Amino acid sequence: MKKLVYEYPTSYDVIVVGAGHAGCEAGLAAARMGMKTLILTISIDHVAFMPCNPSLGGPAKAHIVREIDALGGEMGLNMDATTIQIRMLNTRKGPAVHALRAQADKKRYHSRMRQVLENTSNLDLKQAVVEDIVIKKGEVKGVITRTGIYFPGNKVILTTGTFLRGKVIIGEAIYESGPNFQYPANELSRKLIESGIILRRFKTGTPPRVDGLTLDFNRMEIQEGDKNLRFSFFSPEREYQDIPCWLTYTNLDTHQVIHDNIDRAPLFSGDIEGVGPRYCPSIEDKVTRFRDKERHQVFLEPEGLDTNEYYVAGLSTSLPYDVQLRYLRTITGLENVEIIRPGYAIEYDCLNPTQLKLTLETKAIRGLYTAGQVNGTSGYEEAAGQGLLAGINAVLALRGEDPLILKRSQAYIGVLIDDLVTKGTNEPYRMLTSRAEYRLILRQDNADLRLSEIGHSIGLLRDEFYQKFKTKRELIKAGQSYLDSIRVNPTTEIRETLVELNSGELQKPVNLTDIFRRPELSYDDLKRLDPNLPDFPSDVKEQLAIETKYRGYIDRQMSQIEAFRKMEEKRLSENLDYLRMENMRKEAREKLDKIKPTSLGQASRISGVSPADISVLMIYLEKGERENAQTSDKK
Amino acid sequence: MYIRDTIAAIATAVGESGIGVIRVSGEQAIQIVDKIFRGKNSLSNTKTYTARYGYIYEFATEHKIDEVICLVMRSPNSFTTEDVVEISCHGGIVPIRRILHTVLEAGARLAEPGEFTKRAFLNGRIDLAQAEAIIQIINSQTEKGMEIAFQQLEGNLSRQISDLRQQMIRVMAHLEAALDFPEDEIEGFSTVELNQIIDRVIEDVQKLLKTSQSGKIYREGIKTTIIGKPNVGKSSLLNSLLREQRAIVTEIPGTTRDVIEEMINLEGIPLRLVDTAGIRETQDMVEKIGVERSKELLNKADLVLLVLDVSQNLTCEDLQIIELAKNKKVIVVINKIDLNLQIDETELRKHLPTENIVHTSVIEEQGLDNLREVILRLIFEGKVVSIDNTIITNLRHQQALEDTLNSLYRARESFQSEMPYDFVTIDLKAGLEYIGMITGETLTEDIIDQIFAEFCLGK
Repeated sequence: MKKLVYEYPTSYDVIVVGAGHAGCEAGLAAARMGMKTLILTISIDHVAFMPCNPSLGGPAKAHIVREIDALGGEMGLNMDATTIQIRMLNTRKGPAVHALRAQADKKRYHSRMRQVLENTSNLDLKQAVVEDIVIKKGEVKGVITRTGIYFPGNKVILTTGTFLRGKVIIGEAIYESGPNFQYPANELSRKLIESGIILRRFKTGTPPRVDGLTLDFNRMEIQEGDKNLRFSFFSPEREYQDIPCWLTYTNLDTHQVIHDNIDRAPLFSGDIEGVGPRYCPSIEDKVTRFRDKERHQVFLEPEGLDTNEYYVAGLSTSLPYDVQLRYLRTITGLENVEIIRPGYAIEYDCLNPTQLKLTLETKAIRGLYTAGQVNGTSGYEEAAGQGLLAGINAVLALRGEDPLILKRSQAYIGVLIDDLVTKGTNEPYRMLTSRAEYRLILRQDNADLRLSEIGHSIGLLRDEFYQKFKTKRELIKAGQSYLDSIRVNPTTEIRETLVELNSGELQKPVNLTDIFRRPELSYDDLKRLDPNLPDFPSDVKEQLAIETKYRGYIDRQMSQIEAFRKMEEKRLSENLDYLRMENMRKEAREKLDKIKPTSLGQASRISGVSPADISVLMIYLEKGERENAQTSDKK
Repeated sequence: MYIRDTIAAIATAVGESGIGVIRVSGEQAIQIVDKIFRGKNSLSNTKTYTARYGYIYEFATEHKIDEVICLVMRSPNSFTTEDVVEISCHGGIVPIRRILHTVLEAGARLAEPGEFTKRAFLNGRIDLAQAEAIIQIINSQTEKGMEIAFQQLEGNLSRQISDLRQQMIRVMAHLEAALDFPEDEIEGFSTVELNQIIDRVIEDVQKLLKTSQSGKIYREGIKTTIIGKPNVGKSSLLNSLLREQRAIVTEIPGTTRDVIEEMINLEGIPLRLVDTAGIRETQDMVEKIGVERSKELLNKADLVLLVLDVSQNLTCEDLQIIELAKNKKVIVVINKIDLNLQIDETELRKHLPTENIVHTSVIEEQGLDNLREVILRLIFEGKVVSIDNTIITNLRHQQALEDTLNSLYRARESFQSEMPYDFVTIDLKAGLEYIGMITGETLTEDIIDQIFAEFCLGK
């Protein structure tokens, strides 16, 4: 154990190690729910730092941001306050995959979040490198820093990102480092391994950052933002300067430079042992795997208002510096580019999340939670979502209340955590809408309707926001009953109006809901059929439209959810001895023993557990219950 | 897998018993059977432990299937403690199978092995001692279960299912990639292409549903009866087919002494050859008995090889036999072409309009290849279908394919009504899940793998 110099006089309810996107949400949630909370970070100047893209969102990721917001988290609010460009993606597709994507001012994103942390009561923010965790009788008791200070605490949440034994690789240059050339955390891994947690190596990469003054934007395509879009259901409107992104492409010359130097790519020379993500391939990976693709997109994204630095999205790389410079200069508009920081790959320790409970508490050590990239995920949003839930569950455990486990039919965060804990992951895990069974229910526009009630009931979502949400919910209800109650008769006048609206014939009287189902009619069009139609805020009209127009599909998904509900609700005790269920297949017994699922539904999703195994398990459960009943009868 | 959906299965031993019972259990049992039952009273208006007389109609076509008695047992007073309907119909595999099939079409799911008993136990109906037994049933049956059943569908069919699944996954990957990576350049399908692909997949599933019939064939063999008057060369035909194909099973004792049944392997397809050679010769020319026996054998046959002698005109006997075989799948084998031609084929066609006429000389070993080809063609075109009682595993596959097909229809409907692609994927995904019930493969990861294999994505 690390030598003690000083025992800090305050004992904390919750200690969060790390102040990235997971750490900030975890610490804020704990403090806002009334717990004495400490956040320790290696660098106070990198709170909520974005070491990769200066942006948030995209399909599934934007959904997570909205869910965090609906529960009372900070990410959406922080983004809205520091946005320099925002767009809605997928608008020509269905509402389930509409997704916000926004560019942040990286520095302001950090400094605003730091201020929020500083100004939150119950929350202390300190700079320190944590090197040891104090564990007594399998339960966490606090942490010790590099300087030998012991901070006592009841719950510890590790959000170490890519810091654990971080190793940066730029071509032949390989050295120990955290992200963006910060300190790595080299000691903590050992403690985790000693405590029985199995670690492994993952890898991720980032592209070069370049000087905007050396870019020729005239030769690129401009990408501008939409206005008046926000992540948070609760942020105020805000005026800001819209900074565009720019699109250009690699070409055959670029690819040739890379091919010529491929032997110097650590990815291929074997210097990288960690597993990288498929959805975020390096440029050397792209040109090698997709040889007949003649060009790849390159986005130039501004890093902020106070700098000329640009992020070169699409060119993540671990090639040597000189190769980076040469291939960059083959690209249209980048002929004279100067690199400010080179791209690099980073390798780090993380744990296979099957070692966690659905609360994100480790199975090995009571009171120790992990969240974010250390759990094998990638992405700011995925990290923040886990951080929030780890924070909430640490508090609920302290209060002695039931944990908050979001269901797969309830939130992307639920899908995320269930996937991680139940199936594990073999590469950095990214959320995709295709991972969700009930995509149509888990929309970004209804995250508040799905989750704000919960956020408020656990004491996280503040009253002011909750009132706003309640008003919206009531208006939607009022709107629905109004539409249901008003009859539209096929009078000449009505039929003429429908023709003007390019809508079909009306044969018999229907109610407004029925006619609103027609895809071509908007809520405001209904005004022409019913002059008394009440006006609503646009988010209420949006809900009325979606819930009406896609009713058939929504109902189908709801009935699927209902069909699985009983399985999801059937709880499994932690004390079940699967290994002794002799009539079950060995593989299934071992898998169940390892994962220790909390519900029959979760058990059924473990790979290697078949429907027949579940049948056998159900019989064992029933048997156990009856035997218990018999013994208690005898007493 | 759901815990409490409505399940159905054949409750009586499948065979030639007098009565067959199909049991339906679950919350929807009564409503489901009501959809296909017509009697004086509906089952919804029937008290518990009351029987109703009526008819079962095919769900889709409303064709009458059989005269039945339905016994309604309401929850909790039934074997499973759920609502149960037992449909008693005429014995014999055809009506039982058709009724079960239509019950499934009306909304029930085919019961897993031991599932009624399992439910009875889980609902507290039967005692603890039986629990172990149920586990045994589940284990022993599922050991052989999904994957092995799939392996049994060797060759053609399993390849086709895999191909089909792969096609659907590709479509899904294209749609999903565009949904999850809107900023990437994805050379996706055009609307026209997508329409074509969905149509093609639907067509393939329809075809597959036809060939899924031959899945049965693989296990039980095609019951092929050789028939003809004495001395036309029936035994020689049987022997030369056996000799050439190397019999995989030697003599199986027939139901009576006078019937010889042999199994041959015709390019992977087992044929159960039944030679009626013995019938007439050993029956002291008692014609009536001979005709009765022939009739019986013909009734059980999937395929009939009707042998005629080229050197003789059609006789009264021939015509009698043709009359018997008329409603079956028949291949006419005109034998002894080494002899003088006497037979009038125009006359023959008048009595038996068929294209399946093969000329052979069994003695000279001529025309046998041609005969085999015709047999195989009929099987692969799905025109010959085994009516043997191996329905359970097959019905499972068939049901999965039918569910797939219905999902595809819905996906196409969404597509054609210009719904955004994410709505198309809802039903496409459901379809893939049904196919997965045959192949036992997991879905989400496969789609994601395909996305990354096919497209260069990510910034």
